[in-house]
Amino acid sequence: MIETPTASPPSPPPRQVTVAPPPEPSIARISARTAVILLLFTLAFTALMVGTYKITQPLVEASAQAEKLRLIGEVLPPTLYDNKLLDDAVTLPPTKALGLDEETRIYRARLAGKPVALVFESAAPDGYSGRVGLILAVSADGRVLAQRVTQHKETPGLGDYIDPKKDKNKASPWIKQFDGFGYDTVLGKKWRVKKDGGRFDQRAGATISARAVTNASGRALLWAHERGTKLFSLPSGNTFEEKAP
Amino acid sequence: MSTFKEITHNGLWKQNAILAQLLGLCPLLAVSTNVVNAVSLGLATIVVMAMSNLAISALRGFIPHEIRIPVFVLIIAALVTVVDLAFNAFLHDIYLVLGIFIPLIVTNCIVLARVEAFAAKNPVPAATLDGIVMGVGFVFVIGLLGAIRELIGQGTLFSGIEMIFPTASAIQILPADYPGFLVAILPPGAFFVLALLVAGRNWLDWRANQRIHLLRAQPAAPAAD
Repeated sequence: MIETPTASPPSPPPRQVTVAPPPEPSIARISARTAVILLLFTLAFTALMVGTYKITQPLVEASAQAEKLRLIGEVLPPTLYDNKLLDDAVTLPPTKALGLDEETRIYRARLAGKPVALVFESAAPDGYSGRVGLILAVSADGRVLAQRVTQHKETPGLGDYIDPKKDKNKASPWIKQFDGFGYDTVLGKKWRVKKDGGRFDQRAGATISARAVTNASGRALLWAHERGTKLFSLPSGNTFEEKAP
Repeated sequence: MSTFKEITHNGLWKQNAILAQLLGLCPLLAVSTNVVNAVSLGLATIVVMAMSNLAISALRGFIPHEIRIPVFVLIIAALVTVVDLAFNAFLHDIYLVLGIFIPLIVTNCIVLARVEAFAAKNPVPAATLDGIVMGVGFVFVIGLLGAIRELIGQGTLFSGIEMIFPTASAIQILPADYPGFLVAILPPGAFFVLALLVAGRNWLDWRANQRIHLLRAQPAAPAAD
């Protein structure tokens, strides 16, 4: 307890003898010192994180790019087209209808000059644990050739069956039931999981993951089908701009 | 070197992170649905615990007592971020499997608990060992929990192992037409199985105590009769 002169009982008259203040540093000084130490720790460890980020970023981006190429191969077998897929691409600005808030690229597969399929990304914002990234191949006549989940945070062992690598049913993974369907064979309202009255299966205990992917792929299919001709005719390297209605 | 022995015994059994301290239940619930996920998270946890105990033990002279918790949280979060980035860049194949688990480690309060209770007061070698054995104790329980839940829930063990070792495959333990028992996979199943494990540990400890009591009582017993 610190006894300050003002805290002493008021009855005795103030004496002339001055009481020396306690030699310990003031609260303000201790606080300032603590704050500076905290700041230094924050700076040092932020620097550590920034440094690691700078070193690892090129490697991380390179492996993400390699992963994307591999995924394109999974949704669109290389035998179906003969053009240079990675060069025949248009840039897509952030598109709300596809759930994309970043610029992406749409790859156009052609066989002997004729349009075969579009390969593009899409996303479901409403997975059980946030965003689910998708890549789809949609044929020129508006059918889903195949789709894959590129990125998700669904519960391991429960909702992660949307990724065929984690799907326990190896013979017919959940994600493959969409292959070959188009809006002409599955009418708009039937492009839902069975629980919502649609035609696609979900797995018990994890409907939300299935619903998110199903609805997002339905939106993406419709989007690509409506713009197919325009997307195929745009010269490579251009940006696909949509005029506001 | 009895202290090192003591640290090991504490980490693995006496103060086991899950069974005795009941810490780290958040990741425990989320990923103990099968053995592979559980052990993967556990291994990443060992790395983070060893690193955070080492770092904080080394820096403990510079951390003022009043702000130790914010500093610990800062250091742990920074180390987890670094581990996350490093895995992504240098061990990308493993990252594809473990990636979603690494940020989860931040939610594991056992890391902060060991830093606060042990690393902040002990020299670097002891603190590092403590981080490792506490992590091993965590892996051992979360792996057991994952195995029991997977076995009851799906009738298999090691499903998903092919993501880590492409040539390996899951082992079907129960008959292939076993319908599965969903509750074991869902979060309540984690609580049920965990409760049984905690009870089992308490029973083993109780029995060991009983035996000690009996041994002490025995020499006296014939004399009294």
